Amino acid sequence: MTVNGWLQILFFLALVLLVTKPLGVFLARVFSRERTFMDLVLRPIERLLYRLTRVDENHEMRWTEYAVSMLLFSLVSMLLLYLIQRVQFFLPFNPQKFTAVNPAHLAFNTAASFTTNTNWQAYSGESTMSYFTQMAGLAYHNFASAAVGISLAIAFIRGIARRQTETIGNFWVDLVRSCLWVLLPFCLVGALLLVSQGVVQNFRPYDTAQLVVPQQVQRVGRDGKPVVGSDGKVLMDTVTEQTIAQGPVASQEIIKEWGTNGGGFFNANSAHPFENPTPFSNLLELFSIFAISAGLTYTLGRMTGSQRHGWAVWAAMATLFLAGVTTAYWAEAHGNPLLIGENQRVSALQPGGNMEGKEVRFGIANSALFATVTTDASCGAINGWHDSYTPLGGMVPLVNIMLSEVIFGGVGAGMYGMLIYVVLAVFIAGLMVGRTPEYLGKKIEAYDVKMAMLVALVFPLVILVFTAISSVKGFGTSGITNPGPHGFTQILYAFTSGAGNNGSAFGGLNANTLWYNTTMGFIMLVGRFFMIIPMLGIAGNLARKKYVPPSLGTFPVTTPLFTVLLIGVILILGALTFFPALSLGPILEHLLMGAGKVF
Amino acid sequence: MAKKRRALWEWKIVRRAMWDAVRKLNPRKMMGNPVMFVVEIGSVITTALLVKGGAAFKFNLQITLWLWFTVLFANFAEAMAEGRGKAQADTLRKARSETVANRLLENGETEKMPSSKLRTGDLVLVSAGELIPSDGEIVEGVASVDESAITGESAPVIREAGGDRSAVTGGTRVLSDRIKVKVTSNPGETFLDRMIALVEGAERQKTPNEIALNILLAGLTIIFLLAVVSLQPFAIYSGSPQTIFVLVSLLVCLIPTTIGGLLSAIGIAGMDRLVQHNVLAMSGRAVEAAGDVNTLLLDKTGTITLGNRQASHFFAAPGVNEQELADAAQLSSLADETPEGRSIVVLAKEKYGLRGRELSSRNAHFVPFSAQTRMSGVDLNGFEIRKGAADAITNYLLQNGRPMPGEVKESVERIARSGGTPLVVAEKARGALGVIELKDIVKGGMRERFEQLRAIGIRTVMITGDNPLTAAAIAREAGVDDFLAQATPEDKMRLIRREQENGKLVAMTGDGTNDAPALAQADVGVAMNTGTQAAKEAGNMVDLDSNPTKLIEIVGIGKQLLMTRGSLTTFSIANDVAKYFAIIPAMFAGTFPVLNTLNIMHLRTAESAVLSAVIFNALIIIVLIPLALRGVRYRPMSAAALLRRNLWIYGVGGIIIPFIGIKLIDMLITRVGLA
Repeated sequence: MTVNGWLQILFFLALVLLVTKPLGVFLARVFSRERTFMDLVLRPIERLLYRLTRVDENHEMRWTEYAVSMLLFSLVSMLLLYLIQRVQFFLPFNPQKFTAVNPAHLAFNTAASFTTNTNWQAYSGESTMSYFTQMAGLAYHNFASAAVGISLAIAFIRGIARRQTETIGNFWVDLVRSCLWVLLPFCLVGALLLVSQGVVQNFRPYDTAQLVVPQQVQRVGRDGKPVVGSDGKVLMDTVTEQTIAQGPVASQEIIKEWGTNGGGFFNANSAHPFENPTPFSNLLELFSIFAISAGLTYTLGRMTGSQRHGWAVWAAMATLFLAGVTTAYWAEAHGNPLLIGENQRVSALQPGGNMEGKEVRFGIANSALFATVTTDASCGAINGWHDSYTPLGGMVPLVNIMLSEVIFGGVGAGMYGMLIYVVLAVFIAGLMVGRTPEYLGKKIEAYDVKMAMLVALVFPLVILVFTAISSVKGFGTSGITNPGPHGFTQILYAFTSGAGNNGSAFGGLNANTLWYNTTMGFIMLVGRFFMIIPMLGIAGNLARKKYVPPSLGTFPVTTPLFTVLLIGVILILGALTFFPALSLGPILEHLLMGAGKVF
Repeated sequence: MAKKRRALWEWKIVRRAMWDAVRKLNPRKMMGNPVMFVVEIGSVITTALLVKGGAAFKFNLQITLWLWFTVLFANFAEAMAEGRGKAQADTLRKARSETVANRLLENGETEKMPSSKLRTGDLVLVSAGELIPSDGEIVEGVASVDESAITGESAPVIREAGGDRSAVTGGTRVLSDRIKVKVTSNPGETFLDRMIALVEGAERQKTPNEIALNILLAGLTIIFLLAVVSLQPFAIYSGSPQTIFVLVSLLVCLIPTTIGGLLSAIGIAGMDRLVQHNVLAMSGRAVEAAGDVNTLLLDKTGTITLGNRQASHFFAAPGVNEQELADAAQLSSLADETPEGRSIVVLAKEKYGLRGRELSSRNAHFVPFSAQTRMSGVDLNGFEIRKGAADAITNYLLQNGRPMPGEVKESVERIARSGGTPLVVAEKARGALGVIELKDIVKGGMRERFEQLRAIGIRTVMITGDNPLTAAAIAREAGVDDFLAQATPEDKMRLIRREQENGKLVAMTGDGTNDAPALAQADVGVAMNTGTQAAKEAGNMVDLDSNPTKLIEIVGIGKQLLMTRGSLTTFSIANDVAKYFAIIPAMFAGTFPVLNTLNIMHLRTAESAVLSAVIFNALIIIVLIPLALRGVRYRPMSAAALLRRNLWIYGVGGIIIPFIGIKLIDMLITRVGLA
């Protein structure tokens, strides 16, 4: 680890801290429908949209109506994306003449993936999707699914803040306002900033370049494994020219992070020079991933009237973030103990540590930081190959997702995920002060606990069950590319990423199979909507409750002690659920590496 | 009901609890407790596999036995809590034994009939030495009654017809005189019957908070079930499949058996603690609500102040010295048997050294207080001393042609303003001698208690019939947060409603029939046992000692109950960390010796590790039974301080203790050769 590396990490956190309040205030104003500086331009557009869609912007919804609206919207959007993929050949902006996305289960997987803000990609963007599909299909969902997430978080916050009301807002209004006020303006500016760094934005067909030196590469079969000839040797191909993919990248890149979607235009995601060419673009992308989620903590405090609670939640998130990035950075900078020598030491010519799977322009610190940030949030963009990280370095992203991505988290999703933890923490520890637990004046009762436990159950259910099946059945293990605990981690990571709606790939696992496409599509949907519905149930129930004014006897949710408690509950609940799985995956691999065995 | 604290491990109770623990294995009863039900199923499965035979019999046998012990220990905890109630119920049953009642017939004759045949509305005669056959109200007469069977208090109490002291309880004994009682309950519904049912916990229903906690525990159980069930395929992938015995052991160690096993015991013990304070809660819900109370409504008289006003000062009129005033005041009060009169004599003696004098020797004539004159006093050798309210004495003096001196008037006003009651003393010949200040005396220690309540976030409101001026002065002196002056029952009701609309929970005490609506409206309504039947029915608790100050203790017990639940839940979950570190390396270190790095306790063998964790998990239930029954220590402090304290003890302690415990058990069982 270097001072320079740490300064970059801390500079990033400082930026997040700095933006929390202004963005939080802005979000609170937008969703309380107070005046903002953008109203002059956006308000007429908003009103026009409502007139066209016949939405009554003053109509307030109960949680059930809110949930149904959200589900219908998501369902229609998902079907639309499926359709676009299947007929992209007939649609414009397809200079590479891509055929329909095949097989059908891949199209289903992708549709589910983008609808749920997961952006798990079992395909390669540059060799599968037309520009039209990328823009109208995928980028549309990058906006829509992010807007849904923000809306839900705001609805939950309203549930806490409101008293003896049945309603928690209007889904359509929240959705439109999320897009118009929160997502679009920043993306406009951000995309231009990315273009200034060299991110491409065009509709041109792909370029072809002659290689100066022809390259020998392994021939890779459809299963992702090298093809072996009859003589037992791996077949090699000679490559003399390179296709350089093009496209409207910048516009899609910025929402990929700002909306914590993570689905790259190219297969290499943010490791690709056209997606993330410079250290500055890297910082901009990192910042975009955390910004809204950090701001929402301030919005939480502002809308519920307990600003210090908002900061207590922020502090819990920041602490967990620092713990993760420290571990990852340490593990990667430490490198592989089996490779002794100069090449792992930091020098003027060497970044040191484990550089396998990392981009030289980012180095160890920024790669470890990116891996932590993208999994703290449910983004899933990557600028390095998590599969190639050291076992502990690769465990950090995995654990981050297992904690259900509440460390700032996905836009909106991180906030409501965290609030579920808060409800559980308040309930368990709240009893210890000798009162029926209260959260910001709302009593936490059986119904709330039931719903919170449903949310808490969904996650281990889908991850553990599907990992278990995949690890003992041929259709599961056939996707593995490394043996032993590493292969196990590949499966575990995939389902964790899917259920957590993260979408980052550990890499290595060949997931474009009927089994993985179908099950991953299924668990992405379960991981999103089966969590949202009970979560909204809590919001509706909280809104209905009376407000109990705080007193000295009230459980404090604004103190450092609460922050510590919240962290404890997150770690213990997460760790207790997944410790056995982790101990047979990355922990075992790490220990075996110490004993001289790698995979 | 004995007032003494029952010893925790009373042999009689323990013996009964051991049998009950076995009886409770009935799966239909276990199903109410999902966590322990899972353990029972696990025990059945391992037993079946054990019978089938196989390798590692010694280890498997021990695991199976300890799994059964886990279930039995949990049942035992519940049975212990119930047993204490049952023992109390037995004592009460003795008081309920059949008696013969003298039923009054319409013609004035009496007929003998068994008490169990009495119906509501019957009139019975009870004479000295007889047991009162059923609950009722005295319609005629006055008697001293020994209520020790119910309250444990041996000093007899006076019960008389009319007013708020007319209720009598079946099973109590009349010591003197004869009373005519109108029966108010049917057989099987008497206060004693209800009390027996309550302490026995026969109709115990889960409280809202208990239900919520049960959901949490059930949820955690399912999560751990998933973690353990999915572990087998992972183990197969890794080439080290596990036996069912080890998997069940892991499951039982992970699911929250500690709190799951003790949860109902905690609830029963909470009610039991109230009973030991001589308070009967009609439901567990009421006990829980007591912990949540935000506002206490306390009657001034008898709760905050001593029942009666007492003389605190003499203010002499101009030209009269204080000694003379004290002397006159004393003389006028020597024959005055009211508490106020006695307090004047006491003050004269303490402050001015005036001893009591024999009035008869001086040819004195005592003039008692009358509603017409509103004065009392004494005629003594031609002197006429009178004391009374300022306007009454003014009239008296005017009749004798003497005006009231301005200084005296000022004293009167000042006293009234400061919340006291002025009594003017006058002598017919000399005019006004001065003023006696009667004051409400705030009970000792009340101010401190209210401060404690404030520290735990509870607001106290004093209810009084006094005028606002007086009320404010007493409120200030007692240190209550607010007061309701000139309170009518309607005002009280309105206050409760207003507090409740603001989301607050209200507790109050009451004894009169006109308190009944408010008692019913309040979240915690504690009726005094001396109170009327209506009050007792309206409230959700009855204080057998009729001590309104006890409301403060009731709140403490409610809080303690919730704290005990929360603390043991935290402890239970925190325990899992150590158990993982014991069992996971034990499961896989055979295949992957490097995993022994995780065996930070250095447990001897894989078998001893698993066994130690299971034994610890079972024994901790027994170890914590006293804590569950007594409740965690509770001292009034702010929620933040409480949380910090309990988080250290039960959170951090819950992580550390099992590491030590499991290590010790491992050392022991490997030493004696069990594993």
